[in-house]
Amino acid sequence: MSVVVVIEVESVGSGARASLVSREALTFARGLGAGDVHAVVLGEASPGVVADCAEQGVVAVHVASNPELQRYAAAAWAAVIEASGRAARADLVVAPGTNRGNEVLAHVAARRNLDMAANVVRVDSVAPLVVERQVVGGAALEKTRVESRVRLMTMAGHAVEPIAADAPGAAEVRALDVTIDPTDLRAQVVRTERREAGDTSGLTGAKVVVGAGRGAGGPAGFDSAIALADRLGGALGVSRVVTSLGWRPHHEQVGQTGSRISPDLYIACGISGAIQHWAGCSSSRTILAINTDAEAPMVTKADYAVIGDMHEVLPAILEALDR
Amino acid sequence: MNILVCIKRVPDPTGEVVLTDDGMAVDGRYAGYTTSAHEEAAVAIAVELAEATSGQVTVLSVGSEDSVEQLRSALAVGAHDAVLVEADADTLGPADVAAAIAEVITTREAAGTAYDIVLLGNDAADTGDFQVGIRLAYALGRPVAAGIQTIAVDGSIATLRGEGPDGTEVYEVELPAVATILEGGVSPKYPSVVGRMKAKKAPLDTVTWTGTAKGSGRAGLTVPPPPPSEVVVLGEGPAAAAKVVEVLTKLGVVSR
Repeated sequence: MSVVVVIEVESVGSGARASLVSREALTFARGLGAGDVHAVVLGEASPGVVADCAEQGVVAVHVASNPELQRYAAAAWAAVIEASGRAARADLVVAPGTNRGNEVLAHVAARRNLDMAANVVRVDSVAPLVVERQVVGGAALEKTRVESRVRLMTMAGHAVEPIAADAPGAAEVRALDVTIDPTDLRAQVVRTERREAGDTSGLTGAKVVVGAGRGAGGPAGFDSAIALADRLGGALGVSRVVTSLGWRPHHEQVGQTGSRISPDLYIACGISGAIQHWAGCSSSRTILAINTDAEAPMVTKADYAVIGDMHEVLPAILEALDR
Repeated sequence: MNILVCIKRVPDPTGEVVLTDDGMAVDGRYAGYTTSAHEEAAVAIAVELAEATSGQVTVLSVGSEDSVEQLRSALAVGAHDAVLVEADADTLGPADVAAAIAEVITTREAAGTAYDIVLLGNDAADTGDFQVGIRLAYALGRPVAAGIQTIAVDGSIATLRGEGPDGTEVYEVELPAVATILEGGVSPKYPSVVGRMKAKKAPLDTVTWTGTAKGSGRAGLTVPPPPPSEVVVLGEGPAAAAKVVEVLTKLGVVSR
């Protein structure tokens, strides 16, 4: 009995590390008491990634080095995850609840005819596996049974804090012997068009996000929100209504169908706080709402609020900051 | 080319979530129903693709008779015909829905209508399983790309683009293929009066799935109670600005 955790890699400075959600998944998997925790790395198992796994008590890090994996193909990565599951004799595979984590695990589910639960926040019982998972963008939880012999699940982001194991794991790097079938490369990324500086990339990693919604009033109503974001070294985020109306581009959208953010501070201006939006911003450490409606969900769920029109309040804040 | 778009009727996610009395489903009676957001984008992509290739768009939904409302909405923005696979969607799991869609595709293919590309939402706004499109692709033996936002077709090759962790990722996939769509690559389409009139008369085929449901494994739903509001109201209007700056300073967002 053991668990394989799928690790996504992100660049931090000059090196690669296990992503935050991956480390959360490792902590979560360790806490299940479902046997040894193994890792399989989607990408390069750099020393930083292996160190992150060791800190989380991982016994072995499974790595595939097939040249075909240089460019992303979900089906090929699913083959790697399957191979790691066999190598670890795993009866449970956990992946981060990101779009990519959900995608590769769904491939494994489809290939092996296994059950998969997406965006799990809690495990009620390991055998039989009963989990609670986010549905309706996290507004409701579904209790569900995962009945196949090998169980698959992805972890919703920020369901647990990543905590180092009491004793580090050996994190022994083991090479996987995988043959990638050409049919698994039929849908493969042929090229990646890197984002230009100043583009969308700032939103999900920003320490401060200034959000603006319907209260902006129109395409010209975002100047002071952008000015405040600039002043605080943060990024602009908008609600779905703003992108649906074409006031701002979709890549700035925060919500169930946009980006999920977890800044230190989210300043939500003229946003009512519908479920769709809350799904994207609820992981913010502190929320300040600026809204004319004191009863708006965004206000009642916030840590701080100013009751007023964003077009009057934001310029006053900018002025006060420069005083 | 023939394009199939699969859409789902879901409780409007901008409304409050209310559960049915037995706690087994979301009751959309108060919030109303809509098409899952990513699938609205899938319909828009399909209609544009059909316009560019003189193609046909068929829209399909697995669900109750009420799903006809969402099928008609898709017809009103340019889909040509519709299929309702009548089923109680709440009792089906993602593998069941994929099997039901696959059956329609293979049946129609045997009758002479083959779909070059099948589009679905990346994940449904209500159940959020992230699996139906991918399971469907395997059932059909076709390649699948997920999280796609724009599609262009040249001959038998589809160029699919979506946002990845490092930028826009481009796939070139040989048709027939499956793609799951994320909102954001195309503008939503709104029906015209003429579109609505056409939609009323457009052909709508109702079928039933002959397979046996595996089920979703759902044992019940809960809506976590909202935590008691602990909001600190800093003030009203521009007069609150100084207090806001105090909070920003306390949080370390600005240094004084």
